[in-house]
Parts: sequence; C-alpha cells; structure tokens
Amino acid sequence: MSAVPEPTAASETPTVLIRPTRGLASLQLKEVWTYRELLYFLVWRDVKVRYKQTVLGVAWAVLQPVMTTVVFTIFFGQLANIGSDGLPYPLFSFAGLLAWNFFAQGLAQASGSLVGSSNLIKKVYFPRLVIPISSVLVGLVDLCVGLVCLLGIMAHYRVWPSATFLLLPVFVFLAAGAALGVGMFLSALNVKYRDVRYVVPFFVQLWLFVTPVIYPASLVAPKMKAAGVPVWLYGLNPMAGAVEGFRWAALGTGTVAGSVITTSIAVTAVLLVGGVFYFRQTERTFADVV
Amino acid sequence: MSEVAIRVERLGKQYRIGTVRGSKHRTLRDTLSGAVADSFRRARGILRSPENGLRPADGTFWALKDVSFEIQRGEVVGIIGRNAAGKSTLLKILSRITEPTTGSAEIHGSVSSLLEVGSGFHAELTGRENIFLNGAILGMPKTEIIRRFDEIVSFSEVEKFIDTPVKHYSSGMYLRLAFAVAAHLEPEILIVDEVLAVGDAAFQAKCLGKMEDVARRGRTVLFVSHNISAVERLCETGVVLAEGRVLFRGNIGDAVSCYLASVNPYVTSGSSEGPGFADLLRHPGRQAGARPLLQSLALLGPGSPRVLRDRLKTGEDAVFEIRYDAEGTKLDMAFLAINSLRGERVCTVGTHLSPGPVGVLPGKGTLQCRLPSLPLAAGDYVAVVAIGQSFPRKEIDRVEFALRFRVETGDYFGTGAALHHSQGSFAQRSEWKVVPGAGELEVGAL
Repeated sequence: MSAVPEPTAASETPTVLIRPTRGLASLQLKEVWTYRELLYFLVWRDVKVRYKQTVLGVAWAVLQPVMTTVVFTIFFGQLANIGSDGLPYPLFSFAGLLAWNFFAQGLAQASGSLVGSSNLIKKVYFPRLVIPISSVLVGLVDLCVGLVCLLGIMAHYRVWPSATFLLLPVFVFLAAGAALGVGMFLSALNVKYRDVRYVVPFFVQLWLFVTPVIYPASLVAPKMKAAGVPVWLYGLNPMAGAVEGFRWAALGTGTVAGSVITTSIAVTAVLLVGGVFYFRQTERTFADVV
Repeated sequence: MSEVAIRVERLGKQYRIGTVRGSKHRTLRDTLSGAVADSFRRARGILRSPENGLRPADGTFWALKDVSFEIQRGEVVGIIGRNAAGKSTLLKILSRITEPTTGSAEIHGSVSSLLEVGSGFHAELTGRENIFLNGAILGMPKTEIIRRFDEIVSFSEVEKFIDTPVKHYSSGMYLRLAFAVAAHLEPEILIVDEVLAVGDAAFQAKCLGKMEDVARRGRTVLFVSHNISAVERLCETGVVLAEGRVLFRGNIGDAVSCYLASVNPYVTSGSSEGPGFADLLRHPGRQAGARPLLQSLALLGPGSPRVLRDRLKTGEDAVFEIRYDAEGTKLDMAFLAINSLRGERVCTVGTHLSPGPVGVLPGKGTLQCRLPSLPLAAGDYVAVVAIGQSFPRKEIDRVEFALRFRVETGDYFGTGAALHHSQGSFAQRSEWKVVPGAGELEVGAL
C-alpha cells in the first residue's frame, strides 16, 4: 500500500494517501525507523515473557550450547577426531555454536512470526517489517549471555581475546542479516502457505552440517582446491563466512579465506534486499489472509 | 488549507471467498503438485472435450463498492448498517490495515484506531508493562505514556492490580485497562469499532463519556456501533452502509431512520400500502397460519372529512380504523399498540382499556379507535393491531408492523420549541414558576 506522509504547508498534520499499490512497493525503511520504539517494545516483550515463564530462564541461553558442545566434543571431537584449527575442541565448537544458534533461532522465530502475531496484524497499523526484525533481535540477548560464558571457557583454556575481538559485531551482524533475509522471505511465504513452517526445521538441520560449525573450514578448503573448485563458492553459504569469522574474531585463530567471507557478505546483502522486497510485495494481502 | 479530515473516493474492496479445493490456506506442496498436475491436464485437454468442473469456482465478493464521502475536521460521524454492510472493512482500510482494491482515501491528521480492545496485550506481563506495550503498539511514544500513566490507571480503575499479570484480570478489568490506554492517545482522528459491544453498562457509559470528551476537544471521530442510542447520543452526522454501498449520508436522525427502515423488513415507506393505509389480508407481519380476520388498518386525521394521513402532529387526535371480517367467530376485544421503529413499545390501547365496553362485534365491519391528544414525540412509529375474545382471553389474529406513520412536533408546546428525538418518546407539557421559599416539607401519607 503506498502511503505518502508529508506535512502540509500550513500546518503540521501529516497527510496520508491510501490507494491500491500498483507495481513495486517501496522498501519502507524510513517508516520502520519511525516505529523503532515499537520494535524495542516487541523485543522487550518477547525476552521478558521467555524469561518469566521458564524455570530455567536465563540458564537456558547457556545450557543449550553447553550441552550441545559436550555431545559434539564426545562424538565429533574425540571419537571422530575432527580437527579444530589447533584449538581445544570444546572451545572451538562452543564459539561456533553461539553464532549458529543465534542464526538458527532467529530464522526459526522469524519464519513463524507473522502468523504468530496475526491478532496484531489484523487490528493495528504498523510497518509489518517490524515483526520479523524483532524476532531476530531477541536472539541478541541469548547471544550476549552466551558470550559471557564463552569468555569464561576461554579463560579456562588460557586463550585470551585479541584485538580481533572488536570485529565480533561485524560477524554477528552478518549472521543477523542472513537470518533476517531468509526469515523475512519465509515469514511472508508462511502466511500464504502454512506448511512452510514444518519444512524449516529440516532445512535448518541440513544447513548446520553444510556450515563449518562442527568442523573447521580448513577441512573443506584444501579438498575444494584439490578438486579444482574455487574456494569462494563455499561462501555462497552466508553462515560459512559468519561462523568462521565469528570464531576467528573471538578466538584469534583459524585461517579465514577472505574470499569466503566476502562472498558471504555479498550473499547476505542479496538475501536481505530480496527478503525485504518479497515481504513488501506480499504485505498488502497479509491482513486478509493471515 | 482544507478543512477536510477524511476524503474517500470510490473506495472498493474485493475479497475472494474460498479457493481451489475449498481450503483457505493452500499448502506449498499442493501448489507445487498442482502446478505439475495442471500442466498434464492441459496437455490432455487439448485432445479431450472442454472441461467441466476442472476449472475451480472463483468466488469473489465486493465488501465495499464505490464508496465516497467526506468528513470535516471535528465532525463526529456514526457509521451504521447491518452486519456485513462493510463497516468494519471501511474502518480497516482507513486504519491502513488492509488495502483497497479500487479507489482512494485521503486522511489529514494522525489516526488512532480502536478496532479491538486489548489487541496488544500479553497475558504474562503485568498491567503496568502492558500499558507501555499497548501504548507503543498503538503509536504512543514512551515519554507520552509515562506522562499519562497515572491518568490511564485511574481511568481504568485497576490501581490495586496494576502489578499483577494480566492473565489474572477479569474480562471487565482487562477491557477497562485496554480502553484506558487507547482513549488517552489524543489522535486527531479517532476511529472506534464496536468496542462498546462488550462490557457492562457502567463501562459503556464511561467509554461514551470519554469519547464525547474527545469530540468536544475538536477531534474527528468515526464511530461504528449497533447501539443506536449511543450513536445518536454521540454523533452529529451519519453514514449508512448497506451491502458495501453508501445508502445515506447526512444528519444522524435521518441516518438512523434510514438504517432502521432498511433493517426492518416489514416497514416500507409506502409500497404495498398507500400512505396511511395498510392492506392486512396478506401482510408479512402476521404469523404464518393465523386466520386473517383483520383486513385493513387506516390512519385518519381528527377532522371531519375522512382523509387518510401518513403523518400526525404531536398532540393531535389520532383515529385508527380497523376493518375486519370475523368469519363466524365471536369477537369482542381488539387492541392497538404503537411501537417505535426500534421495536420499543410506546403505548398500548385496547377495547378492554377504554370506558364503555364495545360488546360483541358485528360479524363484519369497521372498528374505530380514537386516541385523543396523542403526545408522541417526533419520529417514525409502527402500529400493531390484534383482535380476539375477552373471555376466555384469547387473541385470534394479530399483525405486527401493520402500519407505519410519522409524527412531527408541530407547535405542541406553544413556544415553537421542538423536542430532539433523544429527549424522550412522548412529549409532555409542563408549567414552571418560581415559588417563595416555603417552610419545611411534610411527609404526608402516601
């Protein structure tokens, strides 16, 4: 729907024109900024509700990656003996898992967010983009809790953060962008086709194995070179760059092929723009269909 | 600088009802497999005869069609109509929740819509937290919410429970809190849809009072309700919607009459009946299967030439003439009742309520009923007529909504003053004088 808010010359009253959208809808980013307080409140609400309800509360943000790390360490680190770039395997997998969980949670929450907020969508006006964005941002809280835990584990293994630690937000941003891009697309799709929601966990599972969480990218790169496949192709998975980069920034080790990261950034940008675009195009029917 | 707050031009909204295979939400799987199946079907169709039943029924309907009107700044407009007239759809479009299919709407000013109370609430959060959340969802900046927090809490009357999770609230408390937040938004245009339908009488009165307050401060208000008296009390003008189109746009009294006429299936303004006369032999207001002893009902003026009248003045004598055919049954009782268009009984008169019994009625004839100085307030009314036996008390034939007529104030009070339709259903003369400060009043025997 094209709504053109513009102050009239004589007074401050905003004028809004409502008409059926023809052709391409605008990306509406400025309006999302206007509603940033709503975004803040939705994130706050979800976080508050989550931590109010569960007995484990905050502990769950730590417990989940810790338990997964234990299982991975036993089965992949020790029994399967997968390399970990010279780092102790638990540290290696925990760091990777932090980034991965942030992405996976964000994606899962975002894809169901529109349908979950159907009562809001049908009753109140606000830019609908705010909903998937808030679901992804909620994961930031868990990520911060997890980072504290990561620092603890790093101290235990005597691995100290280096200057690269300051670059951590870049890779968090990358993961958030990927989650948001795909999440927006899926949430819009889910409104029309309700079975999309059931397919998402399956794909996320597969995605986990394709991403260098359990194993380092240095396992894959030489094999690709040997097969004559350009290494940057691995970066087509945006999370490959995000996870590797995250680990590198936090732990200071690991060989990060710059081409992989660059490709991941480019792919994430495409996913973001494409996701917003698709979302805006289908947004006009949300209230009618949801 | 225009004074128009809302301008709607040829607005239309089309909905699709049902889709292929009757399910509301197609699945991705169905879509993908359907695409494959369809291409096969099309290939086969080239060799076969035309499909019947292969093309799915495409049901669409226009919830709104060609709706145009203007609302000035500061106007309080009531939007009324039957269910499925398109009122909620219109509000949703003006609130930017759904997009119109055709036409356009221009809105000058900030809009706040109350389409459902408490839509932003979350059960696990406390009342205090929900005020902030709901306020943010409805577009109130945080500083505004803080400033008005106390006002909101006192309006809602839930001070004691403000820090309890909302899931423990009763539905009344929940509603009061939600309305309190929305009511303090101070938008330039307030759109309210049927929120008064739930809630007790005290709450409804409070909501109406607050909305009157908003209106008095010069805001534009759009109010949708089925509560006709609330609409009449609050609004100056009205828009009547029927089947997605505008039926009437004008002052609220006429709008209400128009709406009531459209809702009441039997009351037509002179179609199968002429003015002041109703043929009762085959009248839809008679219960199916009853014996049609009543043949016609006519309304005459008090004057000596027997002239049919479709309208009276307040305080005039009304003369009703009932033609009947007893068909062998012994009849000695008849009564006539006057209802407002809303169905409220204004008065009942009958042979058993007048001095001097009428006795057994002749087998066939005309019964006249005179109501001297009928002090009905201005408005539209319907007459109900029935005939039967007094002992044992039995009504043999009855026709509802038999005849419609209008009453105009005229100069009942002798001062040229007229009564507004919201000031009562009958007109009463009164005498006023200043009395000297008398002594104590005594309590007499009652």
